[in-house]
Amino acid sequence: MTAKKNGKVQQGHYDVVILGGGNAALCAAITAARLGSSVIILEAAPKDWRGGNSRHTRNLRLAHDESNEVLTAPYTVEEFYSDLMRVTDGETDEDLARFTLEQSSELWDWLLEQGVRFQPSLGGTLQLSHTNAFFLGGGKALMNAMYRTAEAMGVEVRYDTEVVDLGFDDGHFTQATVRLADGSQEIIAGQSLVAAAGGFEANIEWLREYWGDAADNFIVRGTPYNRGGVLRLMLDNGMMAVGDPKQCHAVALDARAPKFDGGIVTRLDCVSLGIVVNADGDRFYDEGEDFWPKRYAIWGRLIAHQPDQIAHVIIDEKAQGLFMPSVFKPVTSDTIAGIATQLDLDPAKLEDTVATYNAAVVPGTFDTQRLDDCRTEQLDPPKTHWARRIDTPPFYGYSLRPGITFTYLGVRVNRNAQVLMADGRPTSNVFAAGEIMAGNVLGKGYLAGIGMTIGAVFGRIAGREAARRARN
Amino acid sequence: MLETETTKEAERLMTICNACRYCEGICAVFPAMEIRSNFATGDLSYLANLCHNCGACFHDCQYAPPHEFGVNVPKTFAKLRRESYEAYTWPAFLGPLFRSNGVAVCLLSGLGFVLILGITLLMNEPAALFQAHTDAGSFYAIMPHNVMATLFGSVFLFAIFAIIMGVRNFWRATGENETPLADPPSLTQALHDTFTLKYLDGGGGGCSTGTDQPSPWRKRFHHATFYGFLLCFAATTTGTIYHYVFDWVAPYGYFSLPNIFGTVGGIGLLVGPAGLWWIKRKMNEEMAELSNRGMDMGFLALLFLTSLTGLLLMILRETPAMGTLLIIHLGVVMGLFLAFPYGKFVHGIYRFAALIRYAMERRRDLKHAPAE
Repeated sequence: MTAKKNGKVQQGHYDVVILGGGNAALCAAITAARLGSSVIILEAAPKDWRGGNSRHTRNLRLAHDESNEVLTAPYTVEEFYSDLMRVTDGETDEDLARFTLEQSSELWDWLLEQGVRFQPSLGGTLQLSHTNAFFLGGGKALMNAMYRTAEAMGVEVRYDTEVVDLGFDDGHFTQATVRLADGSQEIIAGQSLVAAAGGFEANIEWLREYWGDAADNFIVRGTPYNRGGVLRLMLDNGMMAVGDPKQCHAVALDARAPKFDGGIVTRLDCVSLGIVVNADGDRFYDEGEDFWPKRYAIWGRLIAHQPDQIAHVIIDEKAQGLFMPSVFKPVTSDTIAGIATQLDLDPAKLEDTVATYNAAVVPGTFDTQRLDDCRTEQLDPPKTHWARRIDTPPFYGYSLRPGITFTYLGVRVNRNAQVLMADGRPTSNVFAAGEIMAGNVLGKGYLAGIGMTIGAVFGRIAGREAARRARN
Repeated sequence: MLETETTKEAERLMTICNACRYCEGICAVFPAMEIRSNFATGDLSYLANLCHNCGACFHDCQYAPPHEFGVNVPKTFAKLRRESYEAYTWPAFLGPLFRSNGVAVCLLSGLGFVLILGITLLMNEPAALFQAHTDAGSFYAIMPHNVMATLFGSVFLFAIFAIIMGVRNFWRATGENETPLADPPSLTQALHDTFTLKYLDGGGGGCSTGTDQPSPWRKRFHHATFYGFLLCFAATTTGTIYHYVFDWVAPYGYFSLPNIFGTVGGIGLLVGPAGLWWIKRKMNEEMAELSNRGMDMGFLALLFLTSLTGLLLMILRETPAMGTLLIIHLGVVMGLFLAFPYGKFVHGIYRFAALIRYAMERRRDLKHAPAE
């Protein structure tokens, strides 16, 4: 099947060509292969790093009418829908959103059939125990199981294979040009295309278009391979965009986190227990506005807007044991000035900030299980809950950076996962699933585990429709 | 035990794992880790001995090499287990035997025993050695029963004593002050987890020691080895009862209890160790702690040889080969006994102790946990 064409090696023709190697891609591949299609997966990452951001995930959210061995209570489509509306402020395609949530009720059984195994919600995540199914061993275990299933069904998987060009004829996919690890190029043709190659959050240059130099100080929590190449090619070929390009999901991370792939352990859960100051030693936001799981996603953006995109959380001995253990050790001192010196802050300024804060704290009953009455008075910005004086040495300090998880910009799809052209016509054989189209459903905000839900639902649909299209 | 490079690495890993917790449902190690925020060397050796080396957490880990965090719990814990056996050994000066040559030493001792016995017999009664016996008590023409019982009984008792002393050191080092005997439900739980090898299955699918594909075979071969061993032990015990209580003298008939136990157990002890050997050789090289190989493979070889020579002895006991086979078998068994406290055998005892500790800790934790 090998032939020369334009100096590039023409290497095979498949019913379904899948771009990307994460959860959505594998759901599509397995579905298409079960329908009898010949399928190839083009994964930009080497095998050890396959799976995109899915390898860092830990659960997916799914509607279910009954509890089971893992999910502790029913979670109806209605309840799921109202949760989604709450976080997106209505920035969603309501029809597509409802459809996604309805489809999510099939995922438990289907994933089990693919060899995926689940476990009850992890320690410290009780709030998710009735909504989210946790993957036993995490997202990499999920991906391993799905790759085993796909390969057993004859799906061809190519690693280290980056898509550099896509051939479209007025929205009709013809072929993909890929660059291999050795730099050579190959052309892979197919009857239909599934784009499941993620967003562009690892593409710092692209982020700079919206964030300027601040983007240089972003830490990318997930894969370095989500550079948005496929998304850019699709938009450049006249496909309709969805989602705010400036929007990204960013959380506060330990500043010592690796630039890429730091995953879950780099998060820091002690913000609501202390105060957070910027490089000038000033507080800039209410640390106790709401429970941390509901607020951690705004802190990335908050820090991104501070000088040098850095902030520092200061806690005292009283906070120890009240938050998830962190992977990096904090700086420690018996004085606030000692903390300031180690964090490169002006000691006098930090002492002043802490003293002002301490003076504003009013007595209350401290309770991390509810929005308690420990707050400040006449302080700007206030700390509205869990405010206790920072007065018990030793003191601890962690530096924080914005950690970007995913971007919202994507391509517009319909219920068949079919990508739409800018004028609203559906393409004939181009489908999308996962982060590259998640913006259709999740235009803003975040709901734990919904990225995997969207990926799995649309991955299955894209696989089914791509296989159907390839047969005709 | 003292801090070593391995305990430092284990502490680093547990700090990462404790911030991640994705492996919580895989085995007992991670829930045990989560109720700790600091990891003293005793805690680490406890966690290491809870680990059954199933490999699931290695293949599932987003931080496994080539990630810069380089998390490899099975390998680090395998090394730490060996270091813990060494650190808690009684008497302490024999600890270095675990560094891969312990089994070799024991095998050599067994071989020495064979030689001495053989030479002594050849000098005194050469005919007895090479002549076919068909009568009861034929074994004792080679070695008088009292000598055999005294020699093996005393070595066996010493081995048990040494193991108890070692595991006692281990128990104390884990920071547990209570005796397991005071907590029968935990003891029952630990026995259940040991006899079913509950944690040798990656949380349900089996061991993934070669590739990320879980497989039930390691557990099956381990069961064959473990239950084979217990049956062989039952064979010896019933034989001893026959001898002392009923005054029936060995060899016993093919369908006697000692023989049925010995035959079935012996087959398990051939198949099990051979299978485990095969699986160990195919183990993922990144995950395998190669410096444990001497200890691991040596013990498997001893078990296999014990069974092989025992079964041959049973089949050929009425031929002139009996005398030679008997002293070889006795030599191998002597080597096995000597290796008990200073070789891989102790892994079962330490792991059982760790499982008891885990059950006790869980029960306490649940009792004191605030109502949700």
